[in-house]
Amino acid sequence: MKRTLSIVALAMLVALALVSCAPKGPAEIIIGGVGPVSGEAATFGKSTQEGCELAVEEWNAKGGVLGQQIKLVYEDDKGDAAEGAAVWTKLIQQDKVVAIVGTVMSKVSLAGAPISEQYGVPMISPTSTNPAVTFADGKLREFVFRACFIDPFQGTVGAKFAFDDLGARKAAAIFDVGNDYTKGLSEFFRDTFIALGGEIVAFEAHATGATDFKAQLTKIVQAKPDVVYISDYYNDVALIAKQLRELGFTGPLVGGDGWDSPDLVKLGGEAVENGFFTNHYSKDDTRPEVQDFVKKYTAKFGAAPDALATLAYDAMNIMLDAISRAGSTEGVKIRDALKATDFAAVSGRTMFDEQHNPVKAAAIIEIKGGQQVYRTTVAP
Amino acid sequence: MKIPRTPWLLVVAAGFWAVVQLLRLVGFNDYYLFIANLSLVYVILAVSLNLINGIIGQFSLGHMGFAAVGAYVSGSITTLIYKLSPNVAAHYPGFVLALVAGGVAAALVGVAIGFPTLRLKGDYLAIVTLGFGEIIRTIFNNIDAVGGPRGLLGIPKFSTFTVILAFALITVAVIRNIAESAHGRNMIAIRENELAADLVGIDTTGYKVKVFALGAFFAGVGGGLYAHLLQIAHPTQFGFIYSVQVLIMVYAGGVGSLTGSVLAAFALTILTQVLKSFLSWLKAVTDLPIGGDWYMVVYALLLILIMLYRTEGLMGTREAKLMVIPEEDEK
Repeated sequence: MKRTLSIVALAMLVALALVSCAPKGPAEIIIGGVGPVSGEAATFGKSTQEGCELAVEEWNAKGGVLGQQIKLVYEDDKGDAAEGAAVWTKLIQQDKVVAIVGTVMSKVSLAGAPISEQYGVPMISPTSTNPAVTFADGKLREFVFRACFIDPFQGTVGAKFAFDDLGARKAAAIFDVGNDYTKGLSEFFRDTFIALGGEIVAFEAHATGATDFKAQLTKIVQAKPDVVYISDYYNDVALIAKQLRELGFTGPLVGGDGWDSPDLVKLGGEAVENGFFTNHYSKDDTRPEVQDFVKKYTAKFGAAPDALATLAYDAMNIMLDAISRAGSTEGVKIRDALKATDFAAVSGRTMFDEQHNPVKAAAIIEIKGGQQVYRTTVAP
Repeated sequence: MKIPRTPWLLVVAAGFWAVVQLLRLVGFNDYYLFIANLSLVYVILAVSLNLINGIIGQFSLGHMGFAAVGAYVSGSITTLIYKLSPNVAAHYPGFVLALVAGGVAAALVGVAIGFPTLRLKGDYLAIVTLGFGEIIRTIFNNIDAVGGPRGLLGIPKFSTFTVILAFALITVAVIRNIAESAHGRNMIAIRENELAADLVGIDTTGYKVKVFALGAFFAGVGGGLYAHLLQIAHPTQFGFIYSVQVLIMVYAGGVGSLTGSVLAAFALTILTQVLKSFLSWLKAVTDLPIGGDWYMVVYALLLILIMLYRTEGLMGTREAKLMVIPEEDEK
């Protein structure tokens, strides 16, 4: 029976082979897409999928790439590293994709990146901010790129904006200790703000999932900062802002792209007024790429695009642009074309630095009268 | 004459290895190999949890906590030696030692939490182990030396099919031999009626602590293999939901049946992969209103059906027996 058991297991593996070996159609270029369509970050995965689909649709309407139509195979990674590794191997070995756009969560991209590297299939992660995705242990991952700016960048820009534009000299920061994104942002905000000549009067951590921040906020208010940096996601930001205002703080609040949600104002109301955050782009930006994208996306999906959809759209466009410039679907050639990218993306003109991070400016958005208003653009 | 079972296990494992190597030549690509590897890691985790939940009947909900200890300890060791000299082949002995070290560390943690908590019964133990699993995860989340919330990165990819299969074989052989020994009978007695077992002179708490340590050891080894397969150890990969995933394998396979755990680990891992392609194919062929994105719904539905119609799991408490072995030999 033990033998029967392994035969059963093998039979299932073979069945898997048969089921997923669909007959290949006429010549098309297959691009993989990966995102967490189920699990805790499901809305992120869905936005990413929509961004990818829109980009592929536009390219196909223009005649595809290298004279062939593009086929997008979009897989769910469930926000799980093991599933991510499985999906990556499947796309490369099974679907024979020439490139991958994915994925959202850093830990999943970190499981996928070595696989892209091993097979020489280029990937662009639209939104994984962990620096190690593209550059690990002092070594560059040759085939791995990203379309979003990383934590150091947003923290740095936030600090610059607070120091130069808001004229703050004393700053406080609060962050989620269990989240590498918020922690990273706050640390880089602190370092840059001090380097600029400012003073950090309070640097407070809170636990993941906390709803009462009074202990940390009382300390912050007593230190009398000119500005408070809140690197959390919008739901926590709303709570923190409310409690901070209750404690009598009236100064400006600054944060990162985790603020970007229509729910921020709904949850935070008056408290988030006089709030500023760094973001990938602003919907109010008058550049044609931005206006064109917002119009098309809204028409197709019935809602305005969020940052994830925008970055996925950009990542897919950058990848397809590289393939068309490479004139080939060979991994090495696409990689070299990616390195030479200079693309007018929705989130700004994008090039890659020597660590495969995008070089682009950040938009500063202000919360004014319950609306997100474009304030300025800050380069690092 | 009774044929010892361990050689048979060895034959089966060797046969499995040989078949996979043969299939590699005819289109059994790295994706299938990855699924086979992942299944084998789950075999180790499920069988070791079955020792705790099935054989001795203590409801543990924090199995991935032990796996996390093993993953981080072995991962830290191999990352360090890999940095010193990146010659992969030379590090296999070191890798095996690192896995064992991870297992030992997990076992120590198992003993440490076993002593105070194993006097608890049923639901109370479940809640304590649940809390423990989360504590371990949170501790790793807060240690910057192992990456904190960024996770332990740069773990070399040492978990090959052969290594994982060898450890799965060892795990199943050891736990099976224990379960079938006199000690195993004592454990089953504890599971069936702890008070009665105590009355006939079985050291119930002693057994429970030892079993907890042993289960934790193999979970630690499994966690180490998991980290070296994915090349990352991340706190959220060892959360409650992952412990539940292993628990589902144990219960779907049959509590108390090691064969069931092995079977379920393979079946459920492969099922999540196959379902999506299968549903998409079915939709294309039969105009079914649901497509590939419904695969998690169907997966959950199948689990509910198993629990409704086979409450005891696929295998119940039965073990697979090879036909050449007589059922029960009278001594």
